[in-house]
Amino acid sequence: MRTPAISLTNLIGLEGVSRSDIQTLLDTGFYFRDVLDRPIKKVPILTGINVVNLFFESSTRTRISFELAEKRLSAEVVNFSAAASSLSKGEGLKDTVRNIHAMKMDAVVMRHPAPGAALQLSRFVDAVVINAGDGTHEHPTQGLLDMMSIREKFGRIKGLKIGIIGDIAHSRVALSNIFGLNTMGAEVTVCGPGHLIPPFIEELGVTVNGDVDAVLEWADAVNVLRIQRERMGVGIIPSVREYRNRFGLTVERLARHKKEIVILHPGPMNRGVEIDSDVADGDQAIILDQVLNGVAVRMSVLFHLLGARELLEEA
Amino acid sequence: MGRIAPLPKALLIEGATIYDPATGKTRRGDLAVKNGRLIEPEKLGAAKVERLDARGALVTHGFIDIHAHFREPGREDQESLESGSRAALAGGFTRVAVMPNTLPAIDSPEMVRSLLEKAERLPIVLYVIGAISRGREGLELAELLEMQAAGALAFSDDGNPIADGQVLRRALQYTKDVGTPIINHAEDLPLRDGGVMNQSALSTRLGLPGNPVEAEAAMVHRDLLIAQETGGRLHVPHVSTALTVDLVRRFKEAGVPITAEATPHHLGLTEEALRQFDTNAKVAPPLRTEADRQAVVRGLMDGAIDCIATDHAPHTVEEKEQDMIQAPFGMIGLESAFGLANTVLGPAGLAIEKLIDLLTVGPARALGLELTPLEPGSPAELVVLRPDETWTFTEKDIHSRSRNTPMLGMTFNGRVVATISRGSWYTCT
Ligand SMILES: [Zn+2]
Repeated sequence: MRTPAISLTNLIGLEGVSRSDIQTLLDTGFYFRDVLDRPIKKVPILTGINVVNLFFESSTRTRISFELAEKRLSAEVVNFSAAASSLSKGEGLKDTVRNIHAMKMDAVVMRHPAPGAALQLSRFVDAVVINAGDGTHEHPTQGLLDMMSIREKFGRIKGLKIGIIGDIAHSRVALSNIFGLNTMGAEVTVCGPGHLIPPFIEELGVTVNGDVDAVLEWADAVNVLRIQRERMGVGIIPSVREYRNRFGLTVERLARHKKEIVILHPGPMNRGVEIDSDVADGDQAIILDQVLNGVAVRMSVLFHLLGARELLEEA
Repeated sequence: MGRIAPLPKALLIEGATIYDPATGKTRRGDLAVKNGRLIEPEKLGAAKVERLDARGALVTHGFIDIHAHFREPGREDQESLESGSRAALAGGFTRVAVMPNTLPAIDSPEMVRSLLEKAERLPIVLYVIGAISRGREGLELAELLEMQAAGALAFSDDGNPIADGQVLRRALQYTKDVGTPIINHAEDLPLRDGGVMNQSALSTRLGLPGNPVEAEAAMVHRDLLIAQETGGRLHVPHVSTALTVDLVRRFKEAGVPITAEATPHHLGLTEEALRQFDTNAKVAPPLRTEADRQAVVRGLMDGAIDCIATDHAPHTVEEKEQDMIQAPFGMIGLESAFGLANTVLGPAGLAIEKLIDLLTVGPARALGLELTPLEPGSPAELVVLRPDETWTFTEKDIHSRSRNTPMLGMTFNGRVVATISRGSWYTCT
């Protein structure tokens, strides 16, 4: 395989990542997607490379997706999960750094509850840092897999109209989607309850529209965000019923729109809250493609940040 | 860099421009110090005299900081009276008022007395601010009058806003007759909602919880209304928003007897300092937008804000190496205060004498104190400045026990080259 190098050395977020880097990461993602469809799914690209998956928040899906990507590339994988409570005891990034040094890791895939933690970590360690979600900041590989899934469906990203619906304020998926989609030339509208739309978000180059039906009428695809149950009934979201009626992707709501729209969801889903089961499992949803593309695009990221240089030199 | 040494028995500061903020007068000449007091230069005698060449320099009264955290007792790993005093001298400060958010809190006359006793050996004058409420819990008034009698010059639960308006109201009424200012760290905590930086497009971009300007302005507005109603002495600390500056200005124009301060970091830095997730720029109230910063500068220029106070808040390296959510609020500020303030306010058109006023008579008046003029017989309490010297602020310039500042590497215009205070002198090398 011949592939152009990317200019990134870590993947902290999609903000500021160039169009050509995203293009390359997606192209390579599609290459690995083909590999995943082969009978033998393992390639010896990262043999001898040590990767640690460092999860300060539980996220089974993301961790498994990364782990699968690492193993398909033949990397040595270590998993380390720490409860977020250990962070509040002051066992912060510093201790993490010490451990990584001691373990002589080549790459760190980190999920952390605090925005900025991945960037902070990258300042302290020599290892390649891949952000697997830093609080309410970014989740760049999710942004990439969403874009890959959109491109798979439409053959392009540029010029598409994408709606992001839900709790924008507490979502790392929303920001990575916004940065990536803007760079790739899509138009983005965010939609959700007024107090869950972060202030000044228009300055990030998106439109805000609180009317889900209007957004569905406008969009080519919508990314439906998970509403965290913790926010229900504690004065933030008054009730499941109200949320579902006003913002949920219900069967009835979709039936009112004649146009076919593509539906994404980063998972895990609250069926019957932000999305009805029949919608999630229906023809318009590409949620399972997203899962497969997640593994492929994470292979692409690992390949470019850890393996591509040597391969290119050999070529 | 600099060193602190015992003050020579006889010292002649030669060829200086001398500005006396107590009188507002400037003259050129020499200043003589003998046994820690100012004397006529001709009376210095021919015996061994140390000379300080002050040609081109400006000599004035030592600076006064009415808002610092020296962490003693309880967190001497962050700062102590001793190390804080060294930081003060390096910044040109000879008097510092310390906040009572220590462990335990300074909320009783015994605590005030014990701190003042320890302060006797320090090379600076220490002013003690007592807590408004017992344990700084914002519920019951502490023994304010007993603390005042023991020497407390003001009251504050700094760090903890007084959420209950009635508690603030009672504190203002109770201390009205003695005239000690009540200083409320004004941030409405539910509105702040866990915010770790200013709420703005940048906080949204960084995914960081934002603290809106309204959290400060709404509580300051409440405080000003209560001050107006009670006639009590309110001092508004660390004004950070354009809204707050306007509120303070309006209530002053209406004749309400209030004072206000701004920090060097709020007049010199903006939220942009947070862009790379620098925990050293995490401070409460937060660094704001350029428009807010300019409003604070205007407030200092037109007198809406009375003085500059550092809010020097030391934290250990380990504490600040945590993530943005866990890392504590605060930055040190004594050593960089004059450099940063002069770098910003000079080009804004503020005369150096006015800046000195904001660091001397302004803070003194906020605490109800008058300055002693620089005349023979007065204690030698001086700072020697080179307002045009350009220098880069580095770790070597820090005398505090902590180094939590986002200003390392910044270039300042205007430098403290010597500070003389209570038998010690700091000289910049
Ligand atoms: Zn404060």
